[in-house]
Amino acid sequence: MTTFWFIVIAFLWTGYFVLEGFDFGVGALLPLLSRSEADRRQVIGTIGPVWDGNEVWVITAIGAMFAAFPAWYSGLLSTFYLPMFLIVVGLIVRGVGLEWRGKVRSGAERALCDAGIVTGSVLTAFLWGAVFGNLLYDTALATVLGGLLSLSVAILHGAVFVTLKTSGPVRARARNAALAAAAVAVPVGIIALPSVPGSAMDVPSWSTSPWLWACALLAMAALTAGVALVWRRREGWAFTATASSIGLTTAALFGALWPAPLPGLTLAEAASAPYTLTMLTWIGLIALPGVLAYQAWTYWVFRKRLTADISAH
Amino acid sequence: MDALDLARWQFGVTTVYHFLFVPLTIGLGVFVAGLQTAWYRTGKAHYLSLTKFFGKLFLINFAMGVVTGIVQEFQFGMNWSEYSTFVGDVFGAPLALEALLAFFLESTFLGLWIFGWDRLPKRIHLAAIWAAVIGSNLSAYFILAANAWMKHPVGYEVVNGRARMNDLWAVLTNSTALAQIPHVVAAAFVVAGGFVLAVSGYRILRERGVGLTGRPVTGAGSAIDGDTTVPLRRRTDMWRTSLRGALVMTALAGVVVAGTGDLSGQLLREQQPMKLAAAEGLTRDTDGAPFSLVPGVEVPGMLSLLAAHDPGATVQGVDDIQRRYEQQFGPADYTPNLPVVFWSFRVMIGFGMATVGLSVLGLWLTRKRRGRAGGRRTRNLGGTGAGSAGVGNGAAPPVPSWFARACVLALPLPTAAIIAGWLLSEIGRQPWTVQGELLTAASVSPGVSLTEVAISLSVFTVLYGVLALAEAVLMVRHVKAGPEQPPATPDHAIAAADPDAVRRTPTLMY
Ligand code: HDD
Ligand code: HEM
Ligand code: HEM
Repeated sequence: MTTFWFIVIAFLWTGYFVLEGFDFGVGALLPLLSRSEADRRQVIGTIGPVWDGNEVWVITAIGAMFAAFPAWYSGLLSTFYLPMFLIVVGLIVRGVGLEWRGKVRSGAERALCDAGIVTGSVLTAFLWGAVFGNLLYDTALATVLGGLLSLSVAILHGAVFVTLKTSGPVRARARNAALAAAAVAVPVGIIALPSVPGSAMDVPSWSTSPWLWACALLAMAALTAGVALVWRRREGWAFTATASSIGLTTAALFGALWPAPLPGLTLAEAASAPYTLTMLTWIGLIALPGVLAYQAWTYWVFRKRLTADISAH
Repeated sequence: MDALDLARWQFGVTTVYHFLFVPLTIGLGVFVAGLQTAWYRTGKAHYLSLTKFFGKLFLINFAMGVVTGIVQEFQFGMNWSEYSTFVGDVFGAPLALEALLAFFLESTFLGLWIFGWDRLPKRIHLAAIWAAVIGSNLSAYFILAANAWMKHPVGYEVVNGRARMNDLWAVLTNSTALAQIPHVVAAAFVVAGGFVLAVSGYRILRERGVGLTGRPVTGAGSAIDGDTTVPLRRRTDMWRTSLRGALVMTALAGVVVAGTGDLSGQLLREQQPMKLAAAEGLTRDTDGAPFSLVPGVEVPGMLSLLAAHDPGATVQGVDDIQRRYEQQFGPADYTPNLPVVFWSFRVMIGFGMATVGLSVLGLWLTRKRRGRAGGRRTRNLGGTGAGSAGVGNGAAPPVPSWFARACVLALPLPTAAIIAGWLLSEIGRQPWTVQGELLTAASVSPGVSLTEVAISLSVFTVLYGVLALAEAVLMVRHVKAGPEQPPATPDHAIAAADPDAVRRTPTLMY
């Protein structure tokens, strides 16, 4: 049960990073991809209907940690008090920026909303990577590399998403942005990703934990493949590749956190009682397929590419 | 001043702030869904105008509910790690369920609703808003079940210094929760009802060309200088529709609030006697305890009647409970802040029921009268334009201007009441976080320093202040502009994003 719930939580985080990853990327790129208000609407329109639903993945992940591993939840959040505080602030300014930019009146007010979106996206994307980097290796280098990796990959992922969802000049700019982001993401990934499995054991080696290494190496491969696919204008596949890369990275990360998600705390100690976990399992098994189905349906409803025209309705 | 005090302040500030927006989300969401249903079934254009108009107000407010809620979710771990570790087994479950069952539903379907105006069939689009508001109400259920557990813990045992759930069903059907959930949700409908009353009242006055003071006004959005092509009577009628809807909603919710409040009072007597004693300022165990409306004015036997439905029943007093708790739990101060609890109780009931009273009065004033064409003429201090709004309106009399004005002035009352209710509930529970099990002082995160909490508290306070101001400005502007106004700035030529009453475009956002 403990292992099962650890996997569920890892799955929720994976969903969060894959989905919010492109939201953060799109938010961060907003000023770089747009020359006019119509462009900005087009860029934001790509995530408009879905970002709030994507954000709930982290709320669910955190809620599930609280329920299944209370000591992990409280230890993680209180140990990283200031970063978590800044993440929350980032999510606040991003959220109100996104929701209010269509309701304000003047250009200056809209610019303020945009500033909130950009700051919130960049700050939060960087900090999540930094927190998890620091969890693996308690060093400044790991913290910075983790942050850089998550920020640059999010920007790459977001740029690919925009190429997939728009047309016209915005799409062309997004392609260039993706290639530029790759110039940071790929080297950082090549340094950072192989060190992820290493943190889990005393002697990092292929034999102790083969699938961890497999995840980390495949994540690197997917990242590089994503860039190549952008280059060759295969946007659908490129998006699949960046999404897989994020998913594999998260899998490697949580693999490395098992079975001690915090220094000095094992999952067994942190876990709730079997009764609670069993109850949660039943409810989760019933509800989760429904959630996945209607979220997927939302993406289907909004599958059309946005042109400057449509988004400016 | 230590980290504990600041953490308490931070919790109080952020939670009360969250709760400024949440009731409006809960109640107004249902109201908007109701309007859209009316439009779907009758096809009348003014229902669509109202849906879009209140829909936009709902969305402005919704944004704040979401972003302040995230703080809550993180805060238990950040500031109250000992608490979280102690109760996570029981308390985390409703929170996880809330996210899984309610928040996903709400945010996903709201996205579909906002952007789906021209992409979804009408019927599915209507279903989307209903799914979203069901999500909001479900979220209230789960979070309140969690909160009720803190007041009256059930379905658990303490093993190795941690609460362990052994009956989820007991947690979800806690007697305290079953009284509290309808009480809070109905109170949320009172808040939303009061809000719609104020907005409709304002629009009625404005379109009659009279201001709050009764003097004629002119300006953007008022019917006098504005769009003369819109027949005045029809537009005022539109606000009459929303006003009547809100009157019914508030009055019905008022009945539920009073009934469940009474139930909560009885549960307090058994489960949280200290809170009840503090709410009354009763110092000694008393038979046939009186109730003081304000200090000095007492109704004999009333408290016993309220709390036990028996005017002679014994109600425990603060000092005697303190003595018994010392024997039971060891020496400490078990008394909450008495004046705050005492006054919160009175503000909640007084301000809240005043709003409900206003709605009952309004229902009476605007009732349909058989056999009298024209109805009563408006007593209108300003005069201009009011006559035309009043005459020839069949059996439905016009809304008197003085009543519309009272609705606007009553705007703060229900919100003050609902916040006061929470102060009663949470401060009255002190010094416990979990009644009889865990003290607040033992709940705080040991590793978080004074400086860290000071930083977060001050940033939250400033940020929240700025955002509250921004929300107020956005709302006031939108209400002043009213529906069907042409865009104000040339910038909007590209945007045209204001809810355009007739065209079905995805214009509520972005
Ligand atoms: C519009 C708001 C409103 C109105 C008109 C009332 N209440 Fe209330 N009350 C609340 C809003 C509220 C609240 C904010 O929603 C609380 C705080 C926590 C809770 O469960 O509901 C609350 C709590 C609360 C509690 C404390 C429950 C506890 O802590 O366990 C009691 C005893 C009452 N109420 C009783 C009443 C009575 C007897 C009312 C009038 C007839 C009344 N309330 C009207
Ligand atoms: C599930 C819901 C809730 C939980 C779990 C909860 C939990 C807590 C906890 C742990 C405290 C202790 C800290 C302290 O003493 O300050 C507290 C206090 C407080 N809570 Fe709640 N609360 C909930 C809902 C609310 C809501 C909705 C409000 C108001 C809108 C509220 C208002 C307060 C206030 C004002 C305090 C401060 C009391 C004081 O500092 O003396 N709470 N609550
Ligand atoms: C102190 C404990 C509380 C926590 C941890 C909490 C958590 C949250 C979270 C995480 C959100 C954002 C959801 C999103 O992104 O979609 C939210 C919003 C909301 N909460 Fe709270 N909340 C608390 C208190 C309350 C109470 C007491 C109620 C109702 C009675 C309530 C009802 C709602 C509603 C209706 C929303 C509206 C917006 C939305 O869900 O998106 N919350 N809350």
